[in-house]
Amino acid sequence: MNGVHDMGGQHGLGPIVPEGEGSPFHARWEARTHALVLASPTRGNIDAGRHLRESIPGPTYLAMTYYERWFDALCTALVSGGFVTPEEMARGQADPAAPRATPRLHEADVPAALARTGSYVRETDGKPAFKVGDTVRARNLHPLGHTRLPRYARGRSGVIVALRGAHVFPDSHAHGGGEDPRPLYTVRFAARELWGPDAAAGDTVCLDLWEPYLERA
Amino acid sequence: MHDHDHNGHDHHHHGHHHDHGDGQDAPSDIALRVKALESLLVEKGLVDPAALDAIVDHFEHKVGPRNGARVVARAWTDPAYRERLLADGTAAIAELGHTGGQGEHIVAVENAPGVHNLVVCTLCSCYPWPVLGLPPVWYKSSGYRSRAVIDPRGVLAEFGTVLGDETAVRVWDSTAEVRYLVIPERPAGTAGLDEAALAALVTRDGMIGTALL
Repeated sequence: MNGVHDMGGQHGLGPIVPEGEGSPFHARWEARTHALVLASPTRGNIDAGRHLRESIPGPTYLAMTYYERWFDALCTALVSGGFVTPEEMARGQADPAAPRATPRLHEADVPAALARTGSYVRETDGKPAFKVGDTVRARNLHPLGHTRLPRYARGRSGVIVALRGAHVFPDSHAHGGGEDPRPLYTVRFAARELWGPDAAAGDTVCLDLWEPYLERA
Repeated sequence: MHDHDHNGHDHHHHGHHHDHGDGQDAPSDIALRVKALESLLVEKGLVDPAALDAIVDHFEHKVGPRNGARVVARAWTDPAYRERLLADGTAAIAELGHTGGQGEHIVAVENAPGVHNLVVCTLCSCYPWPVLGLPPVWYKSSGYRSRAVIDPRGVLAEFGTVLGDETAVRVWDSTAEVRYLVIPERPAGTAGLDEAALAALVTRDGMIGTALL
């Protein structure tokens, strides 16, 4: 979707305020929100989670802080997933008639769960259509659903610098279409191809793009 | 930890009124809403509050840029490790015990004379948690996400990093599950330092690419 979350190349979106290497949280509620999202029974499909956050209406998304977006999307997912009823959410109290659930993540399991390194690479029979060194063009696509092809790259040409294997395809995975693994490439675009003649001659931007985003240039 | 305590915390260094995320103050009721949701989920048996404590402790104390600094210092001092790190970042980083979510496919990109790397996620906030912890607010801010790709040299200058024309800037937009870790150039005059002393020189911003060492 062409949402406000797709920010690359926009101007006027506010300052960059450097900060030191202290705690990543600036208030207790931020830390609790982060932990709630990771421990939530809704956790699992990273692409669906991202799509929920980018589906927050644009003006609201821009007005929210980062963890407000996480909190908003978590509430949406809990209700749409049937874990919490809208009435419970509004009242802040559990329906006494509802059966008591079992937490997905217990304290004792947290260290192992956080140390576990999964993989988004899947074995497939398909052969990648492109190879390192090929020139490709990012397709001019404007899907209404989730995609990881930023607008600023669409229609632009670059060179494949790496093949990362077949990765879970977010455009399918976010929408109940299964993992649908597709070859993932790192594509290097000249800054001038993306931004015109004012960009520095030798500068580049690399993006990780799935094969359905690309065509031979 | 503190709720909306703007006095005495140690996160702002530039005299700005601190904001909690993207440039606006959070509404004061968000802390209450989060607390209410946590209570509800605990009451329903959906989350274990002790698990939440453990998760917070992990991200406050177990992961953070010191992990990445060890990786960089090892790469500087051990050529064979550097080769493994550049060939398969995830595996080489796991050798040092750093694993976990948002570190599934780590690619190390190396600064060198004439080459400077800068990492961003224009679409959300992708960041290599096992080696850098959670990202700073500015990394997730609209200003950084929007401008790092179109004006990386301007963004770098705001961090005090001014690069000449002879240096090419390579921006990495983390659009998939690949996570990028910048290996900064080893500072001059550090030949006599051991790995621990070198690690102390490596900054978080150096490993994102907004700073030089």
